Amino acid sequence: MARAVTTKQKIMFTAAAWSIGLLIFFPILWTVLTSFKTEAQAINDPPLFLFFDWTLENYSVVQERSNYMKFLWNSVIIAGGSTLLGIIIAIPAAWSMAFTPSRRTKDILLWMLSTKMLPAVGVLYPIYLLFIELGLLDSRFGLVMVLMLINLPIIVWMLYTYFREIPGEILEAARMDGASLKEEILYVLTPMALPGIASTVLLNIILAWNEAFWTLNLTAANAAPLTAFIASYSSPEGLFFAKLSAASTMAIAPILILGWFSQKQLVRGLTFGAVK
Amino acid sequence: MKPKKLNILAGAVIAGSLSAMAGNALAETLTIATVNNGDMIRMQKLTDDFTNKTGHKVEWVTLEENVLRQRVTTDITTRGGAFDIMTIGMYETPIWGKNGWLVALNDLSASYDVDDILPAMRSGLSYDGTLYAAPFYGESSMVMYRTDLMQKAGLKMPKAPNWQFIRKAAAAMTDRANDINGVCLRGKAGWGEGGAFITVTGNSFGARWFDENWNAQFDQPEWANALNFFVGMMKESGPAGYATNGFNENLSLFQQGKCGMWIDATVAASFVTNPKDSTVADKVGFALAPDNGLGKRSNWLWAWALAVPAGSQKVDAAKQFIEWATSKEYIELVASKEGWANVPPGARTSLYQNPNYKKVPFAQMTLDSINAADPQNPTVKPVPYVGIQFVAIPEFAGIATEVSQEFSAVYAGQQSVAEALRKAQALTNDAMEAAGYR
Amino acid sequence: MATQHSRSAARMMMAPAVILLLGWMLVPLTMTLFFSFKKYLPLRGDSVANGLDWVGFENYVRFVGSSSFWPSIQATLVIVGGVLVITVVLGILLALLLDRPMWGQGIVRILVISPFFVMPTVSGLVWKNMFMDPINGLLAHLYKFFGAEPVQWLSQASLESIIMIVSWQWLPFATLILLTAIQSLDSEQLEAAEMDGAPVIKRFWHIILPHMSRAITVVILIQTIFLLSIFAEIFVTTAGAFGTKTLTYLIFQRVLESQNVGLGSAGGVYAIILANIVAIFLMRIVGKNLD
Repeated sequence: MARAVTTKQKIMFTAAAWSIGLLIFFPILWTVLTSFKTEAQAINDPPLFLFFDWTLENYSVVQERSNYMKFLWNSVIIAGGSTLLGIIIAIPAAWSMAFTPSRRTKDILLWMLSTKMLPAVGVLYPIYLLFIELGLLDSRFGLVMVLMLINLPIIVWMLYTYFREIPGEILEAARMDGASLKEEILYVLTPMALPGIASTVLLNIILAWNEAFWTLNLTAANAAPLTAFIASYSSPEGLFFAKLSAASTMAIAPILILGWFSQKQLVRGLTFGAVK
Repeated sequence: MKPKKLNILAGAVIAGSLSAMAGNALAETLTIATVNNGDMIRMQKLTDDFTNKTGHKVEWVTLEENVLRQRVTTDITTRGGAFDIMTIGMYETPIWGKNGWLVALNDLSASYDVDDILPAMRSGLSYDGTLYAAPFYGESSMVMYRTDLMQKAGLKMPKAPNWQFIRKAAAAMTDRANDINGVCLRGKAGWGEGGAFITVTGNSFGARWFDENWNAQFDQPEWANALNFFVGMMKESGPAGYATNGFNENLSLFQQGKCGMWIDATVAASFVTNPKDSTVADKVGFALAPDNGLGKRSNWLWAWALAVPAGSQKVDAAKQFIEWATSKEYIELVASKEGWANVPPGARTSLYQNPNYKKVPFAQMTLDSINAADPQNPTVKPVPYVGIQFVAIPEFAGIATEVSQEFSAVYAGQQSVAEALRKAQALTNDAMEAAGYR
Repeated sequence: MATQHSRSAARMMMAPAVILLLGWMLVPLTMTLFFSFKKYLPLRGDSVANGLDWVGFENYVRFVGSSSFWPSIQATLVIVGGVLVITVVLGILLALLLDRPMWGQGIVRILVISPFFVMPTVSGLVWKNMFMDPINGLLAHLYKFFGAEPVQWLSQASLESIIMIVSWQWLPFATLILLTAIQSLDSEQLEAAEMDGAPVIKRFWHIILPHMSRAITVVILIQTIFLLSIFAEIFVTTAGAFGTKTLTYLIFQRVLESQNVGLGSAGGVYAIILANIVAIFLMRIVGKNLD
């Protein structure tokens, strides 16, 4: 909005926004700071903010106890794999919903979303038994499938709202030029929808990365991602704030950094068609 | 797990190359589920010793207690086969053993000396006389107190105190201005946390979970007495927010010097006397858990033990690991690296005969506490169940967690003792009915 | 453009997603329904392989008959409702603020969206231990600094604490969507209103808010879907004690702690019914707005 504001107003807005922003960010900042303290400093009274003996001790303790890279790699594969698979399945579905809508399109969309409301724990035994039957227990492939299915409704919906904003005339023009359906999707539609696809991908990586029920309950040693890594630090004996902070920082850092770098793309796509 | 054939194939190839080196028939990779307690973490660090001796590799799945329990229970009841060794407790072992879900540990090698396992631990980890899990460490509960604060209060802790003394001493030691609470006890909801503590307290007051016909007993005066005593004492001398304090929270409070007394697991003794973590390491004394003059002390019996799920493909290697981890040699290995005070306690008789270990200040009191526990006769009146701080039936964990949630609501001041007991009575009877006991 | 040919092509393209989701819904749902009519106590040796006893509607009656059932519905609705109100109201205010000209807008935006990237388990643990701990928590220090008695958050204000933690996680999401909506507002319209001398409140009420209604709807819809099944935040903080047992948590307790799969499955069916009631309700109010 290009309205004239006085410098005074701008200073006020800046101050307000920064203080609220810092307040919201503070728990994360505090976790990162605590991860560099010793256990005793972590519970010091009064709390220590910046002036303590910075140490990397907690990180080396955590790394010694659990192989961080293995968990990280599993997280990357599971979050990335499920998102990729989901996108591949969702693009055609969203395309057809957006460009050849029928009376039932909206019902199908809402039905898809309602599948997300099943409480996971209610179906733990059925899914576990199924996984044993199919030999998928503790496999990355099994988790990729489950997380893909959990997030598929969101992916379809986000893509649908994007595709709908693409003017139909462009497609018709392409069709006039003799483009096949495949070409239409690959060369006309996808490039136009790229920002939307990018933000869908980002959102789903975040959701899959943070999913903590199935990733914990369907894995053992081979496929366990960072959610399982955290589960071994949540309540050790004695003082543990600093070690918990270090483990937490390690678990959230990759996704946080990815989020920061791609926040423009992410934000652009987070509208779910909310903006008309 | 998925690539079974591949595993065997790859296993064979690797084994071929390794067996020459390790002198072993087949080198396996064992997947072990364990809890994130200090002793287990130490075991993880020493895994190389096992690998060097046998050629078998180990993959650890280390989880927080609640997550671990949910994970291994799901796996064992569905025969998932995700783990080759599971870390389970004294509560699970007899139930699972009875169902035939665990491999019987009746053919351990002579050098392992199974008779050396403390009798209380062995019987608690057996069903029908067969051992189903080998104790990694065992514990009872006892009083840990600050000798300096006790002296300042002008009192002397007897070797076997009663609850009245504890309450009096707690009130005398409490110094709220200096952030010192006379007594820190578990109030956190959960059958293994506050549930365990109030159950053993109840035992010493003559309360019991069930009568001989599996009727819940929360409507009896013994429970009201025990609960009222506990709540009254904690109001006088307990820390703020004790309704959410479990083992870890209290340990941390005690280590920071904020508790006069703490009645909890005997294994905590090595943590509170370790100068690296504890600010009060040289000022801690020990005593038996208190009684109430009725002949039963409020101490429990527990062991974290290693078991092999039935149907495992790697039973031999798994047994080798269990023999290694619960052996006398392992204890010596830890002693050589970390000192005698840090060896896993409470599992073997020979440890308590070892002159080096006898010098450890809490050794004798731990042994006495373990010996004072009798899972067959946990309370004053007869009961139809086995177990001291738990009832060894499959339904107990669920029931006791809900009951302890009602109790925690009392500790937080959200309902009265009578109200909580009424709810506990109703929900316990309801659950027992659902399970077909009544 | 909707020829017969493209219609069938469209169906073909929708098929994989629809079939997969149908399978993902139907297979567990059928199994849950099946178990809910059976006596299935895994720790007593019941297993699918040995055959399970049919018990009719006993599990359904027992699940509702439990003294925990209605409180759990209430807790669920309070948490979902509380988080929705907080995130939408604060989200609107924050979005309005972030829309103003300022220095370092990009960085502020990064700060504000960060909680959305944090795993629920981690945020539960961090809040519980480092902020809400009544002795070593930062909030306790803050209270003591001002001479007040520290609040025992997770026992005395348990529902409020959970709502606070969850709101912290979802506020960024609401703010972003609402911000995008505000930014798309026609500034000429606003300026015209400003010229007319319409007061700030009036401008907000008659121009900005109606414009955001669609975005608000989307926020409510998406968040409800996720909030109905929150679990990790409760599991690591109160473990269902102090009145924070939601329906999801109650089912967890029945299935995993009590090891009564039949009873838990009946609870699962109730949860599905509740979800569908909410879904229908949402569709009614959202449906209009989504076109």
